[in-house]
Amino acid sequence: MEKNQSFTHDDHHGFPWKHIIGFILSLVLTFAALFVVLSGALPTTMTLAAIVVLAIFQVLVQLLMFMHLNEHEGAFQTISMAFGFLIALAVVAGSIWVMSFGM
Amino acid sequence: MSETHAVATESRGPLEYATKDGQMKIFGFWVFLGAEVVLFSCLFAVYLAYLHHTAGGPTAHDLYEVKGFLIETLLLLTSSFTCGLGTHELRRRNKAGVLAWLLITLLFGLGFIGMEVKEFVDYVGEGATLSTSAFLSSFYILVGTHGAHVSLGILWMIAVMIQLGLYGINPVTARKAFIVGLYWHFLDVVWVFIFTAVYLTGLVL
Repeated sequence: MEKNQSFTHDDHHGFPWKHIIGFILSLVLTFAALFVVLSGALPTTMTLAAIVVLAIFQVLVQLLMFMHLNEHEGAFQTISMAFGFLIALAVVAGSIWVMSFGM
Repeated sequence: MSETHAVATESRGPLEYATKDGQMKIFGFWVFLGAEVVLFSCLFAVYLAYLHHTAGGPTAHDLYEVKGFLIETLLLLTSSFTCGLGTHELRRRNKAGVLAWLLITLLFGLGFIGMEVKEFVDYVGEGATLSTSAFLSSFYILVGTHGAHVSLGILWMIAVMIQLGLYGINPVTARKAFIVGLYWHFLDVVWVFIFTAVYLTGLVL
């Protein structure tokens, strides 16, 4: 039994709290983003900034609480995903930048 | 019940990491997901660049309905959660539990695809087709590529469930089930950005 406990450092023999908390956080973040947009309380730029920040948090919830990004070869996995997101940021931000000046 | 079995076969961690082969394939899949991030980023860049190039056709404001895309979001979000519970049961070596949660995940996934097909059909009915405008071309390609990934994920998950059913939970099937789970969660990651950059942004701008 003791040995069993030591290998379940992730609490995988117990109740899946991590997943349930992650699911609740995802729902809260989804509805928060929807509320920010539908209420129209913030100016357009602020609204866009707010929903992007909420999306980033939601992706972190998925990666860390559902996908176990940081377990086992955590550093290598994180580097490969971080590199993907870095290129993605350059592609998206760069394209919008170029297109808005080119038109 | 199966605790003694679990200790006897493995005391160092989850079964999918038990072999070097399993470890390398899981790492390789993360590299693939990094490449998928880049693939989708190109489609997002095109969509956002052409957001206002509607060529006199329907705009984002005309088309997007909160109820529809919110239901799609909740279906996919819940499926990601139930898929995570599948991985949880996988690590408890509970075959019936894994199969049950993956089956529920599949049903949510099918519901999502059904909603998306209905959404596309409705849009086409409103005169918004793939060739109406640059905005709509990029919309269908972006959201459609995600939908194609979900459809592939459904077929893949069925194949993994058949293997789990036939061979039980061993280092190979555990690795396959874990990886299809990663893929499924990743589809929700992409959807979070579609929800934000396509639907919510469409309502704002």
